[in-house]
Amino acid sequence: MQLRTEKIETDFLVIGGGTAGCWAALTFCGARSGRVLIVEKADIRRSGCLAAGVNALNAYIGRGKSPQDYVDYARVDAAGIVRGDLLLTMAERLNGVTGALEGIGLTILKNNDGSYAQRGWRNVKINGENIKPLLADAVRKQAGITVMNRVNVFAYIVKNNRICGAYAVSIDAPVLYVLSAKATLVATGGAAGLYRPNNPGFSRHKMWYSPFNTGAGLAMGIRAGAEMTTLEMRFIALRCKDTIAPTGTLAQGAGARQINARGEMYEDTYGITTSARVYGTLCENAEGRGPCYLKTVGVAQEQDMELQKAYLNMAPSQTLRWVESGRPPSAENVPIAGTEPYISGGHTAGGYHVSTKRETTVKGLFAAGDVAGGCPQKYVTGALAEGEIAALAATAYMGEHPGTATEAETEAIRAQLEGYLRRENGASADVPEEAMQSLMDEYAGGISRAYRYTEASLTVAEAKITALERQSELLAAGDMRQLVYILELRERLTLCRAVIAHLLARKETRWHSFAAHGDFPHKSGAWDCYVNSVYTNGAFKTFTRPLVTEGESYEH
Amino acid sequence: MSIELRGERCVGCGACAQICPGSLIRMRRGTAHMESPERCWGCAACVKACPTEAIALFLGEDMGGLGGRMTVRTQSACLYWRVRLPGGGETIIVTDSRDANKY
Repeated sequence: MQLRTEKIETDFLVIGGGTAGCWAALTFCGARSGRVLIVEKADIRRSGCLAAGVNALNAYIGRGKSPQDYVDYARVDAAGIVRGDLLLTMAERLNGVTGALEGIGLTILKNNDGSYAQRGWRNVKINGENIKPLLADAVRKQAGITVMNRVNVFAYIVKNNRICGAYAVSIDAPVLYVLSAKATLVATGGAAGLYRPNNPGFSRHKMWYSPFNTGAGLAMGIRAGAEMTTLEMRFIALRCKDTIAPTGTLAQGAGARQINARGEMYEDTYGITTSARVYGTLCENAEGRGPCYLKTVGVAQEQDMELQKAYLNMAPSQTLRWVESGRPPSAENVPIAGTEPYISGGHTAGGYHVSTKRETTVKGLFAAGDVAGGCPQKYVTGALAEGEIAALAATAYMGEHPGTATEAETEAIRAQLEGYLRRENGASADVPEEAMQSLMDEYAGGISRAYRYTEASLTVAEAKITALERQSELLAAGDMRQLVYILELRERLTLCRAVIAHLLARKETRWHSFAAHGDFPHKSGAWDCYVNSVYTNGAFKTFTRPLVTEGESYEH
Repeated sequence: MSIELRGERCVGCGACAQICPGSLIRMRRGTAHMESPERCWGCAACVKACPTEAIALFLGEDMGGLGGRMTVRTQSACLYWRVRLPGGGETIIVTDSRDANKY
């Protein structure tokens, strides 16, 4: 199969049409004239981690609270390893973007006085089943925005550390796109699929995060030499077992507490930070007091229907489980489990090391949403807030076009891709993907190792991942979809190496489960700093940087 | 976790193939086919996009699925979620995009 090359030029290139990307595109158009191109590997109406919907906005500044309160909450949850400047600038925009979401049609529950009905002080209740279609409609109405659906971006074009655009391939047709732009936003989300999942068989993609978020943006940045931060702070979700559906709606919404097999509530023993909720469940199981549950027996039977509806708007599999078993929440406690680890800057702090304006260390390249580091607990509204900040900063780059790839560079990329398409006796991406997930599980702190690792185990993981990376050069693709699977596998392998380098570098255990170092099982004040990394000449260089507080403006 | 395509109900509109966030559904000879059922996330985007309830969500046996099948019919702002129960019979739950979740 031969690839046809097509060149496309724009002003502002948005890679990834999820919440952050769509919002950044809309913000750019609202701020100035210019062409915006959103490139999305699926269809922006249902792409990214909100494909199924979302049933609350988890980041909002409720009555009597301030953005600083949100910063304080996120800092405690992350045991201090956050960027104060990023959290505060995000928090200041949370309520504005919430109002704007309502403006494009999102249903938000209100009190009699017209104020939003809150769940706790930082959540508002919504019907977010249609949040992506609503965003897609808003994008469609903007004449300045062009959307390319089903086009997968896989490499940046960078000259002298200035981004000029990106390479992409069509999912459906043999086309290589050379995209050039004056400024670029990466909003590809975080990464799932690095570790062996809860149900590794037929239902292996029934996971917390979108299995189609493969860490593309992170891998592209790593390969381009962009500085990354805090990738060792993995995210592990506490979920309803098997369906891997959210627990927050039952826990915070319906007041269901975590209990062990003896019926004892164990949350107070371990604390209620995000990592402690996972760790507590892990300990109860390890010490023979499992399985663990959310205690839903006792909720009123009238609540059953409302809970089933709530889950249909974000995780229909859980409602299907309740209905097909005939055992609704009031009849049976919901078993809970920790997932495999993910990298997600929207929940924990791993991702691009960015300036306060969300510019990466590659000039003209901005990052927003789950791909951007230093700013955990951003959730949906925080991703929108970051999209706004990044898009407004990108408008400063609308002067000269920085150039594009040379013919020779494009030819080299094309030859590499056609190599996969022409190879007749190579394996598909499935086998090495399973091998990668198994070895990450075993040697880099997956579910089967209770999320723990040691320097010795990580060293084994590093060697095995590097070997897989070499083997993956010889895979074969029968069509464009399979070619994208190979590119995605290689993205994950690159990111696995980065995660291992970060886990090796932080010689302490600051967060239970998220980064549980067997050789250094305690927190140490010596590590009150960020672990950052840069990939050069085929190796990761890790180093520390001092903490940045709110009120500061951080530039590279 | 995956979907089942009921070919006899498929009208070949291609809406599911376009919307699947994993690009897992392909049109072949005017009918939708699930190419990689084990790669399905279970987001139900295709189930909602299908105009004829030809696509059903089910829970894999490896995650304790009992054989129920969930389809959706859309009517203006409402989604009618139909679950065909493993032992026969069905349950319908209606969600309205104008109603927020209570939890």
